[in-house]
Amino acid sequence: MKPYGYFPGCSLRGTGAGYEYSLLALFRVLDLPVEEIQDWNCCGATSYMSIDEESAFVLSARNLALAQKAGCKDLLAPCSACYLVLRKTQDYVARYPKIGSHVQESLRAAGLPPLNGVRVRHPLEVLYSDVGLERIRSRVVRPWRGGRVACYYGCQLVRPYDEVDRAHNPTRMDELLAAIGAPTVDYPLKTLCCGGALTGTMHPIGVRMNYILLKEAVRKGAQAVVTVCPLCQYNLDAHQAEIRRKTGTTIDMPVFFFTQLLGWALGADPESLGLKRAISGRKSIAQWFAKESAEADAYV
Amino acid sequence: MSERDGLRIGVYVCHCGTNIAGTVDVRAVAESAAALPGVAVSRDYKYMCSDPGQDLIRQDIQKFGLNRIVVAACSPHLHEHTFRTATRTGGLNEFYFQMVNIREQDSWVHEHKGAATRKAIDLVRAAARRVARHRALEKSRTPIHPAVLVVGGGIAGIHAALTLANAGKHVYLVEREPSIGGHMAKFDKTFPTLDCAACILTPKMSAVKNHPNITLWTYSEVTAVEGYIGNYKATIARRPRYIDEDLCAGCLECIDACVFRQAKVPDEFNEDLSRRKPIYVPFPQAVPLVPVIDPEACIEFHSHKCKKTCVTACGERHAVNLRAEEKLERIDIGSIVLATGFRAYDARRSANYGYGVYPNVYTALEVERLINASGPTAGEVVLRDGRTPQTVGIVHCVGSRDENTNRWCSRVCCMYSLKLAHLVKERTGAEVFNFYIDMRTPGKGFEEFYQKLLSERVHFVRGRVAEVTDWALDSSEEGRLVIRVEDTLAGLFRRIPVDMVILSTGLEPQPDAGDVRRLFNISSSPEGFFLERHPKLAPVNTFTEGVLLAGCCQGPKDIPDTVAQAGAAAAEALALIDAGSVETDPNTAYVMEEACSGCKTCVPLCPYHAISFAQAARKAEINQALCKGCGTCVAACPSSSIGQNLFEDDEIFEESEGLLAYA
Amino acid sequence: MPDAFEPKIVAFFCNWCTYLGADLAGASRLKYAPNARVVRVMCSGRVDPQFVLNAFARGADGVLIGGCHPGDCHYQEGNYKALRRFRLLQRLAEQMGIEPERLRLEWISAAEGDRVRTVINDMVEKLKALGPRRVGQGPDRPVKDLAEVS
Repeated sequence: MKPYGYFPGCSLRGTGAGYEYSLLALFRVLDLPVEEIQDWNCCGATSYMSIDEESAFVLSARNLALAQKAGCKDLLAPCSACYLVLRKTQDYVARYPKIGSHVQESLRAAGLPPLNGVRVRHPLEVLYSDVGLERIRSRVVRPWRGGRVACYYGCQLVRPYDEVDRAHNPTRMDELLAAIGAPTVDYPLKTLCCGGALTGTMHPIGVRMNYILLKEAVRKGAQAVVTVCPLCQYNLDAHQAEIRRKTGTTIDMPVFFFTQLLGWALGADPESLGLKRAISGRKSIAQWFAKESAEADAYV
Repeated sequence: MSERDGLRIGVYVCHCGTNIAGTVDVRAVAESAAALPGVAVSRDYKYMCSDPGQDLIRQDIQKFGLNRIVVAACSPHLHEHTFRTATRTGGLNEFYFQMVNIREQDSWVHEHKGAATRKAIDLVRAAARRVARHRALEKSRTPIHPAVLVVGGGIAGIHAALTLANAGKHVYLVEREPSIGGHMAKFDKTFPTLDCAACILTPKMSAVKNHPNITLWTYSEVTAVEGYIGNYKATIARRPRYIDEDLCAGCLECIDACVFRQAKVPDEFNEDLSRRKPIYVPFPQAVPLVPVIDPEACIEFHSHKCKKTCVTACGERHAVNLRAEEKLERIDIGSIVLATGFRAYDARRSANYGYGVYPNVYTALEVERLINASGPTAGEVVLRDGRTPQTVGIVHCVGSRDENTNRWCSRVCCMYSLKLAHLVKERTGAEVFNFYIDMRTPGKGFEEFYQKLLSERVHFVRGRVAEVTDWALDSSEEGRLVIRVEDTLAGLFRRIPVDMVILSTGLEPQPDAGDVRRLFNISSSPEGFFLERHPKLAPVNTFTEGVLLAGCCQGPKDIPDTVAQAGAAAAEALALIDAGSVETDPNTAYVMEEACSGCKTCVPLCPYHAISFAQAARKAEINQALCKGCGTCVAACPSSSIGQNLFEDDEIFEESEGLLAYA
Repeated sequence: MPDAFEPKIVAFFCNWCTYLGADLAGASRLKYAPNARVVRVMCSGRVDPQFVLNAFARGADGVLIGGCHPGDCHYQEGNYKALRRFRLLQRLAEQMGIEPERLRLEWISAAEGDRVRTVINDMVEKLKALGPRRVGQGPDRPVKDLAEVS
C-alpha cells in the first residue's frame, strides 16, 4: 500500500505533540503507512494570509509540490488550519488565474513540479472513508470505560470546504467514537470557534470563548471533550485553571485528540498516545485509561 | 428555386428598437443583403413585428413582385408565425419565408459591434440562399378532440377543470392522492384576507365531484401519453383503494370497525403530527369521501389473518374489496393541463435550523395543521409536550434565496409567515418574532396586511438566522430554543430565546417533476419548474402544443395567481376546442419512391412507427399522420431518398454554405 | 494586414433544447464569442453526416452539434441516433485529418443558457489554439481536397 504523505505542521511538533504521537500510533496499529514530507515549511497559516495572500499561497503550495515530487497521492494534514490552508491553496490556484500563474511560476523557479491534484486529507475523513466504521469496530481490543464525551470539530475543518464532513452538523467523529463504544452527547457547539489565536492576542475574549464551549459540554452531560485540531485542544485544555479562578466553577475535564481515544481502543501502546501531556482532567484520565492499576500511574 | 433568374427576395432587417440596432449595424446588414443574388429589395426597419412593419412586407410583395421573404429579427420561436402570416396575407405561400435570429443569438449575446454585424450578415446571406430553395407547402389541419386531461387536483387543477366543465367540455381530472384539494386543503386561513380556506375550497371540491362533465380519478397517476395536439392518448393507472367508489356510501363505519383500535400510522395529511388507521379518509372534507386502505399498514396484506371487521361493517354494500387490483384507463383527449403543484422544501436540509433535532422546531405546513380547526389539535397551537408557547420565532427564507439550497424566492413565504404570526398571536397571545431578509409583499392588500401586523406588535428582525440551538448561555435560555441572528438594522448579534420555532420553508418542484416533464414531453427551467413557452406572451403554454401549465408546477405562486393561471390555461384549452382544429407545420418526412432501394434502414429508427415497408412495392412508406417531423430517418437514409418538408437536405446545405461563403 | 485568427463554427442546434438554450442565453444577456453560426434543425437526429463534412469542406474550422440531454429528446430518441452517428463521424473525421477538437456533440437543454456560452467559448478557445483547419494535414492519411469527398 502506498504510504500517506504526512504534513505535520508546526503545532504537531509543539503544543499538539500528543496529536502526532497518537496519530502515528493509531495508523501503525491499523497498518496504514505514513511518510513525512521532507523539508516541509509552514502551511501558510491564516495570520499572514491576510497580509500577503499571494506569498502565503506560494508557501503553502510549496508543500503540495513537495508532496507531489515525493510521489504522494494523498497528503495527510491533521491540523485543521493546515488542512484548510492547503485545501484553499489548491482551490484558489485552480479558480483564479492570477493566483494560479503566480504560484506555478514561483514553483517553477524553485525547481518544483506544477500543482496537479494531490489530495489533501484530514485523518478524520481517512479513518471514516478509507478504514471505515466496520473495520474500526472489529479491531477494538480495549472497550471504552471512560465517561461521556462531547465531539468538537471546530470551525475550520468543515467550512467552507465540506469534504471532511457535513458543514453544519458533522457527525463522523461521533460515529467513529460510537464504534469504539464511547458514549457521545448531542453537542450543539460542535463547529463554533474555540477562540483560536485570540487566547494569545486578546486573551480575555479568547478565554471566554473557551469557557462557553466547556460550559455547554458540561451542561450536556459530557465528562470530556474530544477534538480534531491542535489549537482547539490546546485552548480548551490549557485555560481551565484560569476559567475556574475567574468564574468560580469547578470545570476540570480532559480534552482529547480523537486519535488518542481510537488509538487506545484499537490497542496502541498507551505510552505512545501522548496522554501524559494533558493539563486538565488528569484524574479522569488516570481512571479511564487504567487498564491495570499498576499501569495507570506509569503513563499518566 | 431551380432557376435563379426568377428569384425576387425581400430582406427585412429589424432594429427591435435598440435591442438589435444597439449592437448590430442594421443598415450595413441590409446593404450587404441588397447585393446578394436574387435580392430585389432590402430594408431595415424599427419594428418589423409592428403593423406597419408587416405592411411593409405585404406592400413590397405587390410592388416589387417579391416571391421570397427573409426577416432578420428575433427568435423564430417568437415571431416566425407573425411573419409567415404577413407573407401569406401579402399573397405568397407562407413557407416562402425564412427567419433569421439576430437578437437572441446575436445582438444580445455579443458586445463587439463589428463582430455582431458580421455574424448578422452571414446569417442573412445563409437565409437568402436557403429561402431560394423553399417549396410551397400547405399546413395540415388536425381536428381537436374536445376532451381535456387535467393532471393534479389542487386548487389549480380544480379551477381549470371546473372552468372547462362549465363551458360544456368533458374533463378528466387525475389526482395522485386519495382526495383532491392539494396543499390548499391543509390551510386554515388564507392571506391577506384571512378568509377560511375550507370555505373557499370545499364547495369547489364538491362541485368537481358532482359535475356531469368531470370524470374524477383520485389515487391515480398518468403513466403514458402519446399523440400530438388535438389527438392525445393517455393511460391512467388507478391504484386500488380497496373500497369501491361506486358502492361506498361514505358512512365511514369501516374505519371505526378496523381492528386497530388506536390509530398508529403517521398521518401524512397532518404532516405526521397525528396518527391514522390503516383504513382512513385523509381529512373529513375529502372528495371523494371514500376511505382508502393503506396496504403497507393493514395486517391483512401482511399476514392474511385479519378478522376483516371492515368487510363485516360494510355489510350488504360489499364496498370493501381487499382483492382489488390496479386498473388502467385509456382516454382520448385533445389537450392537457398540467397542474402538478409543488413540494415544500425539506427543512432537514438546513441542518443549522435544527428541524428533526429539536422537537419544538416546526415547519410552516405543520403549523398550518396545528392552526387548522380540523387539524390534529383542533386548532390549538401547542408544543409537542402540550405546553402553549410564550415566545415564537418565525424564520423566513428557509430553502429560498440561499446559495446553498435554492436560489429563488418562493414568493409566498413572507405573506404566509405574516399570516401565521397573526394567527399564532391570536390563538396563544405569544410574543412573535419574524426573522426576514427582505419583506416581500407585492400583491393586492399585501402591504396593508404587513402594516396591520406591525401595529399588532409582532416583532420584525431583519437578518438571516444563523442557527437555532439549544445551547443556553444563562438561565433565561435554559430549556428553550435560542435563535442566533445578526440584526442588520440594529447592527448587532442577537440571541433570542423562544419556545417554538416555525421554519418558513420554500416551494420546490415536485420530486418527480423530471419524470412528469419527460412523460408530457416538455422542458423545465434550471431549477426544475416546468418551462412556459414565453414568460410574457405565452405564460401558460409549453413548447409542446396542446400541453398547458397551471399553478406552482410552473413556479412558486400564491392562490390568487394560481387560480388566475388555471383560468388562463382553461381558456387556452377552450380556444383550441372551439376552433375545432389546429394547423400544424408541414415538417413531415416523405419517401421519394423512385430512389428508395427498400433497404429498411429507416423503418426501426422511427419512434412513432410512422414508417412501414410496403411489401408489394418493396419500398418504405411514411404515414404522414404519425410522422412528427424529427428528420432522423432523413439523415439515416443511405440513398438520400427521404425528404423532410421545411428541412430539406438542399435547404440545409444552402444555409450552411451560405454561412461560410465569406466575401 | 492579416487579422488575428477567428475560427468559423457551424452549429447545428435542435429546435427544442439547444436552440432554446441559445435563445435563453440571449434573454439572459450572457456574452460569448461571436464565432458560431447556428443552423436550426428539428432534432439532432436530423443532422446528416454530410452536413458536417460539407461544412468542413466549405471552410468551417469547427462543427458543433447540440441536442437534448439523453432521455429528454423531444422525439424520444433522436439524440441517441445522433450520438451513434457522431461516434462514427469522429473516426471518419480523424482519418481525414480533422482534429477531434473540431467536431463536437453537446447535450444542452432549454434551461442551460449558460452552457451554450461555456461550450461555444471553450470551443473557440480550443480552435484558436489549433489554428485554421488545413485540408490534408492528417497524421497518416492525407486527403487531397475535402471538397471532392462531399
